[in-house]
Amino acid sequence: MTDRPIKVLIAKPGLDGHDRGAKVLARGLRDEGFEVVYTGLRQTPEMVATAALQEDVDVVGLSILSGAHMTLVPRIGRLLREAGLDDVIVVVGGIIPDDDAVALREAGVAGIFGPGTTIAEVGEFLRANARPRD
Amino acid sequence: MVVGDTVATDTASRARELTTEALAGDRRALARILTAVENRTPVAEAALRTLYPKAGRAHLVGITGPPGAGKSTLVSALIAELRGRGRTVAVVAVDPSSPITGGALLGDRVRMQSYASDGDVFIRSMASRGHAGGLASTSAAAAAVLDACGFDLVLLETVGTGQGEVEVAAAADTTVVLESPEMGDEVQAIKAGLLEVADIVAVNKGDRAGAQRTASQLRAMLVAVARVGTARRGPAPGAGTASPGGIVPSDRPRPKQPEVLVTTATTGEGVPELLAALDRHRASGLVSRQATARLARAEAQVWAILADRTRADLLAPARREATETTLRAVADHALDPFAAVDRLLASLQKS
Repeated sequence: MTDRPIKVLIAKPGLDGHDRGAKVLARGLRDEGFEVVYTGLRQTPEMVATAALQEDVDVVGLSILSGAHMTLVPRIGRLLREAGLDDVIVVVGGIIPDDDAVALREAGVAGIFGPGTTIAEVGEFLRANARPRD
Repeated sequence: MVVGDTVATDTASRARELTTEALAGDRRALARILTAVENRTPVAEAALRTLYPKAGRAHLVGITGPPGAGKSTLVSALIAELRGRGRTVAVVAVDPSSPITGGALLGDRVRMQSYASDGDVFIRSMASRGHAGGLASTSAAAAAVLDACGFDLVLLETVGTGQGEVEVAAAADTTVVLESPEMGDEVQAIKAGLLEVADIVAVNKGDRAGAQRTASQLRAMLVAVARVGTARRGPAPGAGTASPGGIVPSDRPRPKQPEVLVTTATTGEGVPELLAALDRHRASGLVSRQATARLARAEAQVWAILADRTRADLLAPARREATETTLRAVADHALDPFAAVDRLLASLQKS
């Protein structure tokens, strides 16, 4: 009863079809003891926000390889805030150029994980930064 | 004591706030109540005390079957069918938790993506968290919350099941068991267990070879055999589906005679017929059967809460040490488990 797993949404917004990374991360976080809601490919920002709200997740993890992150991520952030999910942290994985990373952090993204990040690092970051469970 | 009172007041007001918002249609509040229910917090208990009396109107439909049979895809197709008729629907989709790490991969939403902007569809994934019956221990309570919030149907999708996970039958008014074409020979259809608790059997992937033949075999073995069996069998103690040894089984000695349908969830073929069968089952003369299911559901919930409370009382600071000594004595084979329970129950009585 005291052990409340952190719940993470792993979503792949946008149109690229490369979901291997998202699946590996979803599986890896499962092994780290997280409850992972995996929603699959080609999510619209609205789908991501709805899933985050209905599932009451603590973390939204976005995997983007298409280069559309500067469009998609701020839009998802805005929808989450509009839905009252200010306490949900957003993290992004994929190929994010350094300049964009700065802008995304300013837009409220808590963590950005590029190639070479280990799953243990992601797990540690989420445990340290996800909202406390009530 | 002052601290305890403050916590209790906070809990009550938080629960009141969430239930008021959820009942008014706030989906975020509903989602947060479901989290509290899953985590079995004091807020959940306070919220359920308010919500439970408002539940009981929704049609609770259990969807179960082996992994990969198409449960999530069928649920998605059912949502489309229901929404086409203007009915609201909530889904509780359960996937297994890892027995090793406690983590879980909840993947049922992958097949249910089309309803993001539809406020009358609410989908919630749940990890089974070590519960073995095909659902999570809190799934029935979650369904009651969704029921109270006014959804016309609540679909309970189990983890992929084998032959024995029949718990969903107690949690639902109507139980649909999914099978794949070529599920096995006729002997599979007459084994005890999952198929026995089906009100409706759907042979999914109806576009595959063998679907119609599988459906015919199931009809032959389930429906015809059930008729013969009904004529010959007396009451069978413990034959109930819900709670062996509970008060329910003696009421339901007879095997069910499920409708057997063929569906193709990916195309929607057979789904209108499935919905019609669900409605028929709800409206039919099987009300007494449903009353039995409801009693089984009530029983399961009350026993579970009783067990939780008893355990909490036995592990409260005043009794913890004595309880642990008793448990250790059983572990050491110095005391048998029955004598241990005698001792623990006696310690509860002298408060």
